[in-house]
Amino acid sequence: MLINFSRSGFRHAVSSEITTQGVYQKRRDLIRLMAGGVAGAALASWASRETYAQGVSLTPRPGKLGALQAVKSSQAGAITMEKLSDYKDASSYNNFYEFGTDKSDPAQSAHTLKTSPWTVEIEGLVKKPARYTLEDLLKLSAQEERIYRLRCVEGWSMVIPWVGYSLSELIRKVEPLGNAKYVEFVTLADPKTMPFVGSRVLDWPYVEGLRMDEAMHPLTLLTFGMYGEVLPNQNGAPVRLVVPWKYGFKSAKSLVKIRFTDKQPATAWNKAAVNEYGFFSNVNPNVDHPRWSQASERRIGEDGLFAKKRKTLMFNGYEAQVGQLYAGMDLKKFF
Amino acid sequence: MPALARPRTGVQAKALLLHRFAKPVAFGLSLLPFCWLIFAAITNRLGANPAEALSRSTGDWTLRFLCLVLAITPLRVMTATPALARFRRMLGLFVYFYVALHLLSYSWFDMGFDVADIAKDIAKRPFILVGFSAFVLLTPLALTSFNRAIKTLGAKRWQLLHKLVYVVAVLAVLHFFWMRAGKNNFTEVYVYAGILGVLLGWRFSRRMKKTSP
Repeated sequence: MLINFSRSGFRHAVSSEITTQGVYQKRRDLIRLMAGGVAGAALASWASRETYAQGVSLTPRPGKLGALQAVKSSQAGAITMEKLSDYKDASSYNNFYEFGTDKSDPAQSAHTLKTSPWTVEIEGLVKKPARYTLEDLLKLSAQEERIYRLRCVEGWSMVIPWVGYSLSELIRKVEPLGNAKYVEFVTLADPKTMPFVGSRVLDWPYVEGLRMDEAMHPLTLLTFGMYGEVLPNQNGAPVRLVVPWKYGFKSAKSLVKIRFTDKQPATAWNKAAVNEYGFFSNVNPNVDHPRWSQASERRIGEDGLFAKKRKTLMFNGYEAQVGQLYAGMDLKKFF
Repeated sequence: MPALARPRTGVQAKALLLHRFAKPVAFGLSLLPFCWLIFAAITNRLGANPAEALSRSTGDWTLRFLCLVLAITPLRVMTATPALARFRRMLGLFVYFYVALHLLSYSWFDMGFDVADIAKDIAKRPFILVGFSAFVLLTPLALTSFNRAIKTLGAKRWQLLHKLVYVVAVLAVLHFFWMRAGKNNFTEVYVYAGILGVLLGWRFSRRMKKTSP
């Protein structure tokens, strides 16, 4: 007969009873989100371990963070059939200068980012200015999975399955005034948790902007997750922008304010180098960066060391969807 | 007794520098970054963008060897250690070795060996032009590094030719500065500029002292 003593610790009859460490460590988030009423919608799979194990996701989940359920997007151009980049590459090769200028810095340092509680303020020229909690934003519209190409201004690219919904859903809710022509996105600048805020690399906070018609375009995604899970901190948790036809830096991370204005916002990279980074920054193989060509790109993880780089597509391959936004514009002048 | 200890360590250091294994060891150490890069490339340890990692680290190692080779003469004079001069040629050739790898990784991984594209790129982008010029200026130095070349050229002319390395140092820092300019991230640039500035400044001030009565 086996006699258990308290000093030998509790023994589980079956090992499957043991909650996996990842789930256990997320328990507070789980309770908070369930209390926020999200459990019913986006995060139902967190409610029990059975569904957690079988979680319905469109792309295989890496199993690193909490699941974020989504339906496949039916938006035209929202799902590219190209091979997905590895989650490891997408979550370890990042530009997020608040955490350092090396690509590996954000993955190493962004654990300090506190993503809960989180609010996003909507202000400026809108009928309904408001302060949204992350929980409110998560359930504001149905979460969709969208597989976008991401082209960095530095000449590399990835293919990433994002989870979110069209920013236009939020914009419609807050009812912009007639004179609102631009949308400004302000990101978190917390010197306590972000070691490079205060460095002279950029003006902080990092600000991005879109013209109203760009912001309203259905492909402009308010993004909460990737690879079927909530965003890793280094990818701009808990909520970011993804504008697939523009260079990556236009897709601001960790948003805290969305401001509607009648003037073109002064954006971070434009202020840092006005001749190198335009306000529009649409992906354009015909307009080179002053210091390098934009005609081609290296697909991370796919184009081997010895492969010739692939051709960059006009508007990153989204010309059919967004080309008309720029009809008649001189894209060499408005780069 | 510290008064005695100092000359003794000096003697020991000189003995080490003159040891018959000193040069092979220095050669092996200088080759280590290259071996690591080859190993890392084969075993997929260069991160998400191996091409970028190879270009950047061969550039970094070029700058490091440039600092090392330019440090030899000041160190030799200040510590009165003539034996250091034995390593100057080898380190100089390692500068050329790493800059050649740097150019190779750019031409191969970035430009796919498309000579027309490379020519266009050099003409178009000042920072590439500056880097390429530094490589071109180093080439005659590497080619005239053997003893016969010194005899053929004559020591005076040979020395004058090899003063080109000072121009190369300035171009290399400018190339690095320009590369980092877009990100306003100059910390490392300032470190290399500082080291090379001190090494060139030492030579300049010594020359001033020599020429002034």
